[in-house]
Amino acid sequence: MGDWKTITVPIPSSESKNISQFTSETNMSPSSLYSQQVLCPSLPLAKSVHSFFRAFCTEENVDQSISYLDQELTTLGFPSLCEESKGKEVKRDLNIVAVLNCIHELLVLHRKNLLAQENVETQNLKLGSDMDHLQNCYSKLKEQLETSRREMIGLQERDRQLQGKNRNLHQLLKNEKDEVQKLQNIIASRATQYNHDMKRKEREYNKLKERLHQLVMNKKDKKTAMDILNYVGRADGKRGAWRTGKTEARNEDEMYKVLLNDYEQRQKQILLENAELKKVLQQMKKEMISLLAPQKQKPKEKAEDSPGAVQSDVEEDTSELSKENMWELSCETVREQLTNSIRKQWRILKSHVEKLDNQVSKVHLGGFKDEEVISRQDHEQETEKLELEIQQCKEMIQTQQQLLQQQFTTACDDDTSSLLQDCYLLEEKERLEEEWALFKEQKKNFEKERRSFTEAAIRLGLERKAFEEDRAGWLKQQFLNMTSFDNKNSESAFSGSSDQDNLTLYSKPGQKFYSVSSESSLCTSKLTKSLPVSPSTSELFQTIHHLSTNSRVLNVTTEDTKPNQVGRECTTQRWSMASRSDSQEGGCSGSRSLACTDSSIEHRDGLP
Amino acid sequence: MNFSEVFKLSNQLSRFSPNGKFLASCVQYRLVVRDVSTLQILQLYTCLDQIQYLEWSADSLFILCAMYKRGLVQVWSLEQPEWHCKIDEGSAGLVASCWSPDGRHILNTTEFHLRITVWSLCTKSVSYIKYPKACQQGITFTKDGRYMALAERRDCKDYISLFVCSDWQLLRHFDTDTQDLAGIEWAPNGCVLAAWDSCLEYKVLLYSLDGRLLSTYSAYEWSLGIKTIAWSPSSQFLAIGSYDEKVRILNHVTWKMITEFGHTATINNPKIVIYKEMEKSQNLEMENLPFPPTKAAASSLFNTESKYEVVSSPVSLQTLKPVTDRPNPKIGVGILAFSPDNCFLATRNDNIPNAVWIWDVQKLKLFVVLEHLAAVRSFQWNPQQARLAVCTGRSQVYLWSPAGCVSVQVPAEGDFQVLSLCWHRSGDSMALLSKDQLCLCYLESEGIK
Repeated sequence: MGDWKTITVPIPSSESKNISQFTSETNMSPSSLYSQQVLCPSLPLAKSVHSFFRAFCTEENVDQSISYLDQELTTLGFPSLCEESKGKEVKRDLNIVAVLNCIHELLVLHRKNLLAQENVETQNLKLGSDMDHLQNCYSKLKEQLETSRREMIGLQERDRQLQGKNRNLHQLLKNEKDEVQKLQNIIASRATQYNHDMKRKEREYNKLKERLHQLVMNKKDKKTAMDILNYVGRADGKRGAWRTGKTEARNEDEMYKVLLNDYEQRQKQILLENAELKKVLQQMKKEMISLLAPQKQKPKEKAEDSPGAVQSDVEEDTSELSKENMWELSCETVREQLTNSIRKQWRILKSHVEKLDNQVSKVHLGGFKDEEVISRQDHEQETEKLELEIQQCKEMIQTQQQLLQQQFTTACDDDTSSLLQDCYLLEEKERLEEEWALFKEQKKNFEKERRSFTEAAIRLGLERKAFEEDRAGWLKQQFLNMTSFDNKNSESAFSGSSDQDNLTLYSKPGQKFYSVSSESSLCTSKLTKSLPVSPSTSELFQTIHHLSTNSRVLNVTTEDTKPNQVGRECTTQRWSMASRSDSQEGGCSGSRSLACTDSSIEHRDGLP
Repeated sequence: MNFSEVFKLSNQLSRFSPNGKFLASCVQYRLVVRDVSTLQILQLYTCLDQIQYLEWSADSLFILCAMYKRGLVQVWSLEQPEWHCKIDEGSAGLVASCWSPDGRHILNTTEFHLRITVWSLCTKSVSYIKYPKACQQGITFTKDGRYMALAERRDCKDYISLFVCSDWQLLRHFDTDTQDLAGIEWAPNGCVLAAWDSCLEYKVLLYSLDGRLLSTYSAYEWSLGIKTIAWSPSSQFLAIGSYDEKVRILNHVTWKMITEFGHTATINNPKIVIYKEMEKSQNLEMENLPFPPTKAAASSLFNTESKYEVVSSPVSLQTLKPVTDRPNPKIGVGILAFSPDNCFLATRNDNIPNAVWIWDVQKLKLFVVLEHLAAVRSFQWNPQQARLAVCTGRSQVYLWSPAGCVSVQVPAEGDFQVLSLCWHRSGDSMALLSKDQLCLCYLESEGIK
């Protein structure tokens, strides 16, 4: 490839040299070209050009060259250089314009070609370099491939080797295992052999021993003896007893006694331990109950998950606890009960503790929100407290300021002043308290009075109602009589009635009315408003008032004019009204109309 | 702490009398009995040969001196110095001798464990017990002295015989399900007998006094098993030290394991107090040393004083790599001792020979570890209180109590290497035994200074 490159590169370079020569020429102005052409022969420097031109065209073959060129150009599609239109005689004449045009076009074409060539060359170069790069890459990759292939081969080789080794090792392992097995077998066999030998040896040894024993014993070894001055008494002072069946039995007995004693002791220890454990359990249970009892309500309120068994348990326990002596019985039922109940309680306690833990964790997780919620109430209380404190502090400050001022103004003792202050404060406090007590008493009195007033008012209202009813009944009768009998009768009946006084009162202006009706005006007014005894009475009052004003007017009129006439008029009016109402409502009408009639009658009566 | 003067001794044979009044010690073929309080020689007996074994009778009236080489036992009376008794086993030979608990019988084991001869000092009678087993601990008496248990081997099977000590009547005889019975031990209450198999198999069998098998316990199989066992003084616990460097504690109700104590070489728990013995740096002034050095100076040069220091918790103890191709490898818990108040258990792991582990039995946890400069030879609890005396073969005696621990130099001339020790029953003093010397060590009643 490199060869190809070396070949290709110089060609364009040589060409470009030529081209550059040509271009340099073409780039020149036509005039200069011309002058050059003119100067060409004279210029020795441009020998090559000169020679070139000379080679093609000489003085002798101008025409030929021209014709050749013309031909060439025409074949190439250029207009001919010679003017053919003018005939063949002028053929020799060159059409300079055409020549120039031709040259120009040729030049342009040449330039274009050059440009194209250049482009092509650069592209070629680029492609060449690309090619080079690719070549390099290719070679590198090839190398890589080669190396990796080699590596692979190496690895494969190693793998093979390792596998071989592994196989070998496996083989070795197998061998070793076999060896181990063999050795184990050997060991086992040796062990058995050893044991066997041992036994054999021991037997032999025993035999020898036996024999030796016999020898030693039978020889009646004179040396085997005890040389003792005198026998000593036994340590316990007793004489050695004969060995009989009795002693054997006694020994057995004693042995069992010893054993029994040991077991008894152990049992005692265990009993003690048990008792203590029981005590601990009991105490634990008690504590648990006491611990669980107050807690029991809370979880129940909060959640229903605490089972109802708790209560029953506790009841059970209490019943059990009442039988204290039950504890002393170590029978299994009691023990089971105890353990079960404790287990249950323990479970409850555990769940409770877990719940608490959960709550705690929740609180921790919840962070400040819950805390705020919780503290809101407390917060207010706290603020109140703080406010109070602030006030106190302010007071303190004031007093202190005062004291300071006092100190500044009068150099009297602090103590005395403070004492005095205290005294004052105390006095004031006492006074205030007294006043407070007085005030309270007064308040109580007022309350009592008010109660009595209300009672009285109620009574009065009731009385009035009764009276009103009476009167209504009476008036009804009267009215009925009136309708049936003459006015005179009614008049006579009026004058004779006990109620006349009362009626006169009504007719008279308000002062008298007030003074008589009740002790306090306020109360009555209240009564009339708050305690409407009946609609009839209230309206009656109104009418009464109305009438009273009327009566006043009437009185005035009576003074000025003849009262009778007016009265008559009035009565007639009333009567008409009454009759109207009567006609409207029928014979037995409401109290209102009756009252009206009454008043009217009364007025009439009251008139002199 | 005070020390008595040093007395001569041979074969480390020195015993306090059970009543605590006398101290018997052997010097070659002479037996010396001293008053414990005054250390005056009360009696001096001369035996026929070099004494190899010495034992007081339970009532402190007689002393047994065994001369195994000659097959002889000589008994001396403290009350009647002129009284003498000589027992000759003759051609049968003698390998062991001991008193019966009543102090009137002597049990002699003949060579090859052919038989045990029971000699009575009261009557002329001689009894023989055949087929005793040659094992670690084949004979054991109950604490009250009523019964004796004896391991036997007949026809390649292990048996245990229970005897009534008062008249040597056989009470029970039963075979045990063991490959090779290694030892038997009565519980202090005298009602339970523990029997354990040889180290090839981890197996403990518990028998009642009437011969019933109460329980068997086996922690593991296929490995070296039990090394030693120890009953707690209350008979409540049975501690089993084994080759797997663990102590397992069984309870007396179900005979199941309560807990196991591992003896690891590194201790990480910061709650455990670790005392480490450190050599005191002796600032000897070289110029002041006389030449030739005096005896005292020389001894002081050789006997470097030491002290305990509390070491903070991650501590790795010095371990000994056991030789695996030798029998009885030095590994596993080889020494166990409960304190008299049942509160503590002291152990030694044989492949960490310099350390003594003290376990809190109430909490069932490791409490204290004492690490010494030399291998621990032996230790013994004070019979009155929770105080442990340890000796390592150096010239120090080490005392531990829950309050603390102390290393005390034995102020003897020359090199007094404490090889073993034994407490006086009062707990106020103890005898320190070196190779050929004896020294009494008195504790102040207030406690360790």
